[in-house]
Amino acid sequence: MLELLAQADQSVDGLKAVGAGLGYGLAAIGPGIGIGIVVASAIEAMARQPEAAGTARTTMFLGIAFTEALALIGFVVFILLNFA
Amino acid sequence: MILATEAASSGGLHFPSIGHLLVWPGILFDGTIFELNKVGIIYLFATIATLMLFIVAGRRAALVPRGVQLVAESGVEFIRESVVNQTIGPDGYKFIPFFLSVFFFILFSNITEIIPFIQFPANARMAFPFLLAMLVWIIYNAVGVMNQGFFGYIKNSLVPPGVPPALLVIVIPIEFVSTFIVRPFSLMVRLFANMLAGHLLLVTFAVLTAALWTKGPLAAIIWAPFIVLIGLTAFEILVAFLQAFIFTILTAVYIGGAMHPEH
Repeated sequence: MLELLAQADQSVDGLKAVGAGLGYGLAAIGPGIGIGIVVASAIEAMARQPEAAGTARTTMFLGIAFTEALALIGFVVFILLNFA
Repeated sequence: MILATEAASSGGLHFPSIGHLLVWPGILFDGTIFELNKVGIIYLFATIATLMLFIVAGRRAALVPRGVQLVAESGVEFIRESVVNQTIGPDGYKFIPFFLSVFFFILFSNITEIIPFIQFPANARMAFPFLLAMLVWIIYNAVGVMNQGFFGYIKNSLVPPGVPPALLVIVIPIEFVSTFIVRPFSLMVRLFANMLAGHLLLVTFAVLTAALWTKGPLAAIIWAPFIVLIGLTAFEILVAFLQAFIFTILTAVYIGGAMHPEH
């Protein structure tokens, strides 16, 4: 009985690790695509209007920062699940 | 290095546990309320470095800036042109000292990540990013209340212009959560998680490099993780600058939003 309990405990730990890894992977998909779109549009804007490159760059960093937040929250959840 | 040699002698590649990487024992004034560990000392260093930068730059101001004065003046120029002018406009100039101190403080406490023998970004601990985010939260709310009055500020931040009245039931709670709760939370998490992720990356490749170093035939491929480690170090310098910049510019955006509501 005790052995069984210990095994169950171990498999819970394993599931936690799997869940953390999968969770982080899933959390990275959306922001990855999103940052791609943000940067692509910013480059397009800079190429079309080089005189507005400063504004486009600042706005691009802002957009990246907002988009990236989701991936970072995923990373924090990963750390919490694995180590906390 | 000690870690890696231990790992190599025990036959396998052991990554240090997260507690080993992040929890530092007290160094100075152990056991008292003023106990300082590595993180606290890095923050003290960052504070003193920020202060000294501007004190030294301002003491003997020359017409043609050189050395420290040049760094400080480029900093002021950078904050004014790339942060304040892009987000608030000329009436945000009175916040330049605040943005400058936030920028240089975060930069100095991040850059310790790649300084040899220190190699720990102090912002990889959550406490100080949280404090900075709360400071920003208090400041932009205070600015909003001072500029628009209490009820005007609440109304302008909760009710976006041009929303049909029927949708307000959904929009107001969403705007409330995103303006007053998610903003400081995401400011904190962005700084903290970026620095923690960078630190873990550097540790991973440093441990790999060191483990291959001590393992006879595998030393032939030691250059692979080592080159990645060098590249990542350069990347982390960029990240340290970028995170300081992003924290400052988001602060400016929030303060600008509180000063000039959307119409």
